[in-house]
Amino acid sequence: MSDFSIIGKRTAMVDAAGKTTGAGKYTDDLTLPGMLIGKILHSPFPHARIKRIDSSRARALEGVVAIVTGKDAPNPYGILPVGHDEHALALDKVRYVGDNVACVAAISEAIAENALELIDVEYEVLPAYFDPEESMKAETDLIHENKLHNIEKDYHHVFGDPEKAFGEADYVAEGRFIANEVTHAAMEPHSTLAAFEIDSHTGKPGRLTVWSSTQVPYYLQHKLSLVLDMPMAQIRVIKPLVGGGFGGKSEVIPLEIIAAIAARAAKAPVKITYTREEVFWAHRGRPRSIIDLKTAVKKDGAITAVKARVVQDGGAYCSYGVVTILYSGALLGALYDIPNIQYDGYRVLTNKPACGAMRGHGTVNVRFAFESQLDEIAARLNLDPAEIRRRNLLKPPCVTINGLRVQSYGLPECIQQVVERSRWKQRKGQLGKASGLGIACSHYVSGAANSIIRSDMPHSTVNIKIDRDGGVVVYTGASEIGQGSDTMTAQIAAETLGCSLGRVKVVAADTDLTPIDIGSYSSRVTFMAGNATLRAAEQVKKQIASAAARKMNCAPEDVVFREDKVFRKGDTQGQSPTPLEPTQAAVSVSGRVEGQILRGSLQQKRKEEGQKYFLTFEEAVVAAIDFHGALTGTGSYAPPPEARGGKHKGAGVGPSPAYSYSAQVAEVSVDEDTGEVTVHKVWAAHDCGRALNPVSVEGQIIGSVWMGMGQALEEEMVWKDGMLMNPGLLEYRSPSSTESPEVEPIIVESVDPEGPFGAKECSEGSLAATIPAIANAIYDAVGIRLHESPFTPERVLAALRARKGAKPINLTEGVDPTAPRRFREHGGALWFRGKGPERHPLDPARREAADAGGDD
Amino acid sequence: MRDDDPIHDDVPEKTEERSGVSRRGFLKIAGVSVAVPLVARPEMVWAAGEQVPVHGPGKVPMEFTINGKKYKANLEPRVTLLDALRDQFDLTGAKRVCDRAECGACTVLMDNKTVYACSLLAIEAQGKQITTVESLMQGEKLHPVQQAFVENDASQCGFCTPGFVIACKAMIDKHPNPSPEDIRHGLAGNLCRCGTYDGIKKAIAQVGQKGA
Repeated sequence: MSDFSIIGKRTAMVDAAGKTTGAGKYTDDLTLPGMLIGKILHSPFPHARIKRIDSSRARALEGVVAIVTGKDAPNPYGILPVGHDEHALALDKVRYVGDNVACVAAISEAIAENALELIDVEYEVLPAYFDPEESMKAETDLIHENKLHNIEKDYHHVFGDPEKAFGEADYVAEGRFIANEVTHAAMEPHSTLAAFEIDSHTGKPGRLTVWSSTQVPYYLQHKLSLVLDMPMAQIRVIKPLVGGGFGGKSEVIPLEIIAAIAARAAKAPVKITYTREEVFWAHRGRPRSIIDLKTAVKKDGAITAVKARVVQDGGAYCSYGVVTILYSGALLGALYDIPNIQYDGYRVLTNKPACGAMRGHGTVNVRFAFESQLDEIAARLNLDPAEIRRRNLLKPPCVTINGLRVQSYGLPECIQQVVERSRWKQRKGQLGKASGLGIACSHYVSGAANSIIRSDMPHSTVNIKIDRDGGVVVYTGASEIGQGSDTMTAQIAAETLGCSLGRVKVVAADTDLTPIDIGSYSSRVTFMAGNATLRAAEQVKKQIASAAARKMNCAPEDVVFREDKVFRKGDTQGQSPTPLEPTQAAVSVSGRVEGQILRGSLQQKRKEEGQKYFLTFEEAVVAAIDFHGALTGTGSYAPPPEARGGKHKGAGVGPSPAYSYSAQVAEVSVDEDTGEVTVHKVWAAHDCGRALNPVSVEGQIIGSVWMGMGQALEEEMVWKDGMLMNPGLLEYRSPSSTESPEVEPIIVESVDPEGPFGAKECSEGSLAATIPAIANAIYDAVGIRLHESPFTPERVLAALRARKGAKPINLTEGVDPTAPRRFREHGGALWFRGKGPERHPLDPARREAADAGGDD
Repeated sequence: MRDDDPIHDDVPEKTEERSGVSRRGFLKIAGVSVAVPLVARPEMVWAAGEQVPVHGPGKVPMEFTINGKKYKANLEPRVTLLDALRDQFDLTGAKRVCDRAECGACTVLMDNKTVYACSLLAIEAQGKQITTVESLMQGEKLHPVQQAFVENDASQCGFCTPGFVIACKAMIDKHPNPSPEDIRHGLAGNLCRCGTYDGIKKAIAQVGQKGA
């Protein structure tokens, strides 16, 4: 540890001050001269054909400058090359309530809003699908014509011989788990400002600059080029500060393209910022998932096989769906040693906003099911739940049965840490009435080893330039979204160059200035952009070292950089043979050369001076620039071929150069009268390889546990007839400071052989353990197994009463939260008595309504 | 682009006819513009036995005191304080997140009391002392609350931070040595999605000990 001067030190974020003063600018804080405000007209129907759009009345409104519809940019796009099924504005069909139909650009928000009311759209309403298992049976009125049975994609993987293992098992656990839909609810609403320069030759719109609240500026540049039919070099995407993404800004959101289309039509800059309700419609969150899980074990608790069937309610477009459904299966591996796996995954289209990537992409819901079932098995076999996890550890380095390479593996220590810190052995089962402890584990990728656009291109490239005064500028495409990307970049550059953090300035995420980086998602930035920074810094360092070596009369390999000084190896350990303060050395360079009369320039003095024992960082930089010319370096990172996974269909998703590991213990109490669950404390141990900035790692662990706790206890998107019933921050209940359990983050460092300084993922992996840890603690407290998340008072109470044989609480559609069968149309206590759009004949809700002789 | 489309030429011309300035110029001066007909005095109507003024629906002149400075603007009476701050006076520290008093990201002080700027009409803020996050720095120095936020990792994405900073400042002014209960209560009106509540609580405790 002491080998580092910057890595591993608790470091305030390099952009923290600007965020506290209001000086930091986010996209919606920006304005341009002549800027117009864009507002989008959304579909009121979940599934309908657009017969006619008449915007003449709206166009006549004073202050309206342009109105655009699907015809203005008909090229399809989508984040995945296999999923180009979206149009920025609907061409012929709308597929969910909130789908984008038209956009008005006007001189004020109020005028734009008024104009929306004046656009006449004639729809032909089509039958809509809301339940994925029903949607899978569809023959007609398909959501996308080319997706038979409304199945976006299905995968069927068999590794090893699961049938045999199930036959030979001592015990088989089986159950259906349902995880309801959650969304990112980032504080900053999506916002985009688009402006065309007028081409001085043609007088037509020329270069496009887009400022956008995005995690993926380079994908945005690519999709803009596709939809607007413009070369990428004509498009500049700049990412200002981003007010939280969590995956919700990791793909191109319609407004980002619509703003550009509107700006082109209006011949003026256009800014669109979503309202909170529109953010909920834009969604791309974690899909509702039905997980049928079966686990085979031996008497000693060794897992011999797992069989999972997962149905995801993907919404109306592909989005990241193919990746999500693959992650759900692939990440059954690489946490424990499971020799036989069968996975059947179905990503299904329904008439609701598209689901996409959200913190812990693909793994969270399946992990909830798996870790809950493992707890049931432990109880059944009379094993300690911590012990059964220990008995199923991997023995790395290894490659799992489904082709995932595992090197560093801090899971055993994570389990050890949380067991000790929570005093698990003494306190488990001893907490008294209605209180309990639960344990669960999770893991996550440190970036995907295969990028979504298959190519051999490095996933991250970083350039470094050093000025003559020793100022270091790092150009990185990595997107700071609050996770500390810029700080991490500065730390790695400073540590490698042996200079102070204050010298380093990070220029990030501007497609004109910074080299390509595929974005901030799947926890790839520290591992990949970090490694690229390290390599770029090493390249520059080499140039400085060769110049410094000549000055110090030693070999370049013997030059050591540390704390703003450049030493000869052996003279180092922070001390030179003749101790001199660096500042003194800087001002009186030749003062140490006895008997010489000091004359001429500083450089002349240096030349006269002869051999030196050390140089200041500035001196070394000047020497290098004088010798090599401008001091620049480039580094890039591509995952090694060994880490890229197997050859089966869908093998591309899941492999990562390194996995993070997490173990958590949650302490809860349950109010048996109200069903309310209170989380008192969570011990969260996370193996992040090496904590480059412990304060940031702790912040990310705590943040993940918070978000997991939200999904465990409160958060749920409530649907009725394709209409979101809770599109507000109070109705969609994410935890506030009043529900404040203490989270004790515990950093475990397994030092990955390929991570930058050994670092790997730390921002997502912890989330997946929180939900099952809480579920298992609820079981420990009151003896009920909840198979449906979130564990709202309503569900807990229903399960408690059923167990006691008390008068039952009938949840909507008679769902039993300990054995849910299918999705409920609305999960909370909300009642919707409206008639709603026409349901598809296959939808059972329609049949039930018909049987009951009317609509409820 | 689409020269057959009347819309691209129509509206700017109309604006020019009406105001004698280009659309771009019009936009620049909108808000204090002579192009907008002013209502000199509000119309008075009788309601519930007394004469009450009716403002709007057009723009009316308003005057504000924000961060100790006087500001004038012509705004529709329906404009919220938040939109006035952000769109008219370029004070973008307060953020628009929910626009309906759910999250506290727009928190400012009105006569030293915290208010949600998104749910207060600008017209009602006239004659009051409005304080926004932009005024907290003391010269080159961060306010003790801001400094404590930096030192305690109390912001990640930072979008809720200005609102929290103002709410914390108000609470520290009221309870210089806040109890954990004061802190819980004092922060209850603000939401953070990154989960930095822990850092914020530490920051407040630090300011409480050191004194603001």
